[in-house]
Amino acid sequence: MADIKLPAAKVEELKEVCKKFNNEPGELINVLHAAQELFGYLPAEVQEVVANEMNVSVAHVYGVVTFYSFFSMIPKGEHPISICMGTACYVRGAEKVLDEFKRHLDVKVGETTEDGKFSISCLRCVGACGLAPVVTVGEKVYGRIAPEDVKGILAEYM
Amino acid sequence: MEIVQLTIDNKKVVVEKGTTILEAAKSIGVDIPTLCYMKLHDTNFENKPGGCRVCVVEVEGRRNLAPSCKSTCEEGMKINTHSVRVVNARRTVMELILSDHPFECLVCAKSGDCELQSLAQNLGIREVKYQGEKNKYKSDESPAIIREMEKCIMCRRCETACNDVQTVGVLSAINRGFESVVAPAFEMDLDHSTCTFCGQCVAVCPTGALTERDSSSKVMDAIVDPNKTVIVNTAPAVRAALGEEFGMDAGTLVTGKMVSALRKLGFDHVFDTDFAADLTIMEEGTELLGRLGKHLAGDKDVKLPILTSCCPGWVNFFEHQFPDMLDIPSTAKSPQQMFGAIAKTYFADQLEKKREDVVVVSVMPCLAKKYECSRDEFKVDGDPDVNLSISTRELAQMIRNANLNFEALEDDDFDQPMGESTGAAVIFGTTGGVIEAAVRTAYEVHTKKTLERLDFEELRGMEGIRSATIDFDGLPINIGIAHGLGNARKLLEDIKAGKSEFHAIEIMACPGGCIGGGGQPYHHGDVEILKKRQRAIYEEDKGKILRKSHENPFIQKLYKEFLGEPCGEKSHELLHTHYYDKKKKIEI
Repeated sequence: MADIKLPAAKVEELKEVCKKFNNEPGELINVLHAAQELFGYLPAEVQEVVANEMNVSVAHVYGVVTFYSFFSMIPKGEHPISICMGTACYVRGAEKVLDEFKRHLDVKVGETTEDGKFSISCLRCVGACGLAPVVTVGEKVYGRIAPEDVKGILAEYM
Repeated sequence: MEIVQLTIDNKKVVVEKGTTILEAAKSIGVDIPTLCYMKLHDTNFENKPGGCRVCVVEVEGRRNLAPSCKSTCEEGMKINTHSVRVVNARRTVMELILSDHPFECLVCAKSGDCELQSLAQNLGIREVKYQGEKNKYKSDESPAIIREMEKCIMCRRCETACNDVQTVGVLSAINRGFESVVAPAFEMDLDHSTCTFCGQCVAVCPTGALTERDSSSKVMDAIVDPNKTVIVNTAPAVRAALGEEFGMDAGTLVTGKMVSALRKLGFDHVFDTDFAADLTIMEEGTELLGRLGKHLAGDKDVKLPILTSCCPGWVNFFEHQFPDMLDIPSTAKSPQQMFGAIAKTYFADQLEKKREDVVVVSVMPCLAKKYECSRDEFKVDGDPDVNLSISTRELAQMIRNANLNFEALEDDDFDQPMGESTGAAVIFGTTGGVIEAAVRTAYEVHTKKTLERLDFEELRGMEGIRSATIDFDGLPINIGIAHGLGNARKLLEDIKAGKSEFHAIEIMACPGGCIGGGGQPYHHGDVEILKKRQRAIYEEDKGKILRKSHENPFIQKLYKEFLGEPCGEKSHELLHTHYYDKKKKIEI
């Protein structure tokens, strides 16, 4: 298991979150949503705290975390890259753009580069289909991206 | 009671409303094949995810086939359980399951006892038309249980056993779609999880996905080593179940044949764990009376109830889940470990052998025993008191390897001194037995009177939680019994909340006690088999001349020559242990 120590204050906050949902096992998904917002991801230690507080097994929590693609056990990079794979972006070549990001950073979707700078994820439609294909880096939106633009975008954050 | 009337395979059947088609069919002798479904009668646990679709039947007027394990009977239904459409659907389902199953039947530990295999045979599957990707998972080899998840068919029975019956909560389905697999949290190995190694997941697995770690070849290596003296001992529940592996009826006692087989297999000394069970009663009973006496005298530091500690699955459970209650269980070692401790000291001395030249093998109905004998506190300079623990199933395999005709073997007797035992020891094999044995001895030691009635029917049975008050000549002793860890948890929560009125509690991890252990011949969900084994155990007790542990002449001799007093200094050194806090710590 990962050897991460959680800051005590955040653990207290997490326990408060569980309490807000009355430590009710049926609220597990809601609690995990809030926990992911709090920590940015769901490391093993967070899942153990949640399991303890809600009186369910850690295996069950882990089962839920691994079932839903929204939940992640890998911390996002300093600059999280999201590539839109919605219909409009997809037909205009989003996959090729994605492949280019993967090639440059040498990570897969859902992973983070070793130096912790970039992570890649896919999403479904950011509501800017006119700009397809769309890529976001952090809060910044890039439109009409071609594979050859990828290098330049990454250079902005190096 | 509201009833419904329907027709199954042209036979009229009347059932209570809410009955499933599967159960209704069973009531008129119509057998519908199942795979993921499992019902443990008496414990009220049921596994019916309705996932495998093998139990589908045709309901007249319905477009789709209905899974009979999950569909309830309705008035006027006309059901066909083996129409061409039904059989073809079952075959398709089987072929799809088999398309992601390794074809290793010839070398699989479960071959011949596999529900998937026998169903494939019954359906006459001769080829699998579907070709596609096959799952690959890392294998997990703990000291007791081996997980080979490529062989898993996602029936989820192990989850029901682990989470609902035992409330251990180690297993869960993780990931989704084709990637989904039943695993511990973070896909850690069982060894690193809070697994108790009770083996109930293994006991209910329909395929070879969950099996025990097989130590039988190591046993044979020791037997053929001319420098080793190999001692075997057999737990009480083994003799009441071993015969099933050779086609004998459930509940057939095979004590004599088993001894004969062990001797033919080449063990140097064939002893009985029951000897150590008698010894356990001497220690545990003395401890109970000691704690009871102090408690009644008003000593607030002495806690009651005292809990039995013979069951290693149960020990693992409270170490992981109730680490703040480690001072409540008896400190007495289990019979297996008492046996090993005496065999490698007292008996090795008699043989004039060094302990490292003596190999102790135990035959157990249990998988947690494999873990127990590997615990560091049961070793002296790295040499374990019990070297190898094999299950009833592994012993059966060794007998088959040697090509012995088990049923035709003549009855034989255990060797002395560690083969002598009383009826009190034999009943250790069933739920309620340990505490009954303890009562027989503690009563006589406490009251100094002879116990007239030896059969304590009030302590027997299959109810998950039982209680009784036994009159110790004016002193009422409240006794609790739980089998299955879920039931044990309930009694522990009561103690924690200060609500428990019991003086002594017996706990066994497996439903039924050792007769239902994770290392026993597979019962495939038929709890009647456990009841038959239980009857056999009590029958063996009845047939014994000596039925109280303290009357065992070799136990008396052992104390006189070697140990001194029960719970004395030497006993404490060799026969008692301590427990560890194994609760997972969350680092903050």
